[in-house]
Amino acid sequence: MADKKSKELPQGAMITEAGNAKNYETGSWRSKTPQVNKEKCTNCLFCWIYCPDNCIIVKDEKMSGFKLTHCKGCGICATQCPVKAITMKEEGA
Amino acid sequence: MADQLVFNGDQAIAYSWKQINPDVVASYPITPQTIIVENFSEFVANGEVDTEYVCAESEHSAMSLCIGASAAGARVATATASAGLAFMWEVLWIASAMRLPIVMSVANRALSGPINIHCDHSDAMGARDTGWVQMFGENVQEAYDDSLMSFRIAEDMKVRLPVMNCIDGFITTHALEKFIPMETADVKKYIGEYKPVRPLLDLIHPTTYGPFTMNDYYFEHKYQIHEAMQAALPVVRSTLNDFGQRTGRHYDVAEGYRTEDADYVIMAMGSTAGTLRYVVDQLRAEGHKVGSVKLRLFRPFPYEDVAKLLQGKKGVAVMDRAISMGSTGPMFPEVRSALYDAKDRPKLVNYVYGLGGRDVRTDELVGVFKQLMDGSAKTMNFMGVRV
Repeated sequence: MADKKSKELPQGAMITEAGNAKNYETGSWRSKTPQVNKEKCTNCLFCWIYCPDNCIIVKDEKMSGFKLTHCKGCGICATQCPVKAITMKEEGA
Repeated sequence: MADQLVFNGDQAIAYSWKQINPDVVASYPITPQTIIVENFSEFVANGEVDTEYVCAESEHSAMSLCIGASAAGARVATATASAGLAFMWEVLWIASAMRLPIVMSVANRALSGPINIHCDHSDAMGARDTGWVQMFGENVQEAYDDSLMSFRIAEDMKVRLPVMNCIDGFITTHALEKFIPMETADVKKYIGEYKPVRPLLDLIHPTTYGPFTMNDYYFEHKYQIHEAMQAALPVVRSTLNDFGQRTGRHYDVAEGYRTEDADYVIMAMGSTAGTLRYVVDQLRAEGHKVGSVKLRLFRPFPYEDVAKLLQGKKGVAVMDRAISMGSTGPMFPEVRSALYDAKDRPKLVNYVYGLGGRDVRTDELVGVFKQLMDGSAKTMNFMGVRV
């Protein structure tokens, strides 16, 4: 998506394709990465409810990781987790 | 051809809107524009148009309403002046950035302070960088004609930018003059049915207007607007040509009067251009080789047209009815820039004049020509101020 030229872009900065937010990989903004300790996790899915970018992967009704292409590292999941199973780790640390 | 009417400039603009019957007009009254929206609201009240007329609580809201309505797919017109235009300033950029063909009449009036209701071009000059096409009309006929043409220019698919058609406050807005309107049926044919681009109300093709852009895309979108502005210049030119063929009233982006063999030329916008032609005739009768240039289009600026009219002259005075305090009048650097690459550059001087409606007398313009001819004009001068 990046690097499109002026003439390749819709006029007036209009977004002409519905539901295209998934094409914008906000994961590049991230400086802290969420990590889950599945031994503590109760699969309450509070993280899934609160994640503003729909980045909590759920399989068979169980929390099973993060979609890092779009996770901005905001840390809301870690703050909301009632059993402190999610921690934020500094990228590159 | 329709009969002549006697209207003031504001009434003539309101009459053009009546003939066009825009879908939405959102406005806030401000002198000397008020007659436009007052007259038009009467047409609405009488059922002579079926326009959705919105009385906004401010000019910022009026322009915001125009933007929303235009994005929704409506043909939109509004009018303002002075502080009203200044209050719109923030949203003017959004209208052009969303590529909305809104047409706005501006009754040029000084900006406060001190508070003043009379003519100068400070209001429109403050909006020169906002991505709006800017035309300046000289008299009531041009107020009417520019208003009609503004819709054609704004709605042209190569342009799709908002257009500001400016007339001099009180001088043109409130003075009664004869003018020839088009027949209403001809106006409807000339303006045609409005063709929206990706209207918000088209639910089959959902569109987001006004998204956030980061440093990776903002610049490309700004470049698009600049390109559309560049494309507007030939569109304005062809619109003027076509209008001349339809009506016999021939206009150009920059119009020379007795300039061909002239040695000295004065250039101005708006009503002063008419006074200038009178002064040129007066001095020609005395044997002076003088001419004048009326600039109609300020944005996009017609650099080549201006250079063609002025290169090879001995002296040119650029009359600015506005001042950028600490610099010069705003038209002067444009004209200087237009002539920088010319083969034969004239001596170029600037006169700031007419601020806050200060009267523009013919003897003063004769004085400007005299100072041009005897070489006493400085680079920057003032006409009509007591210092």
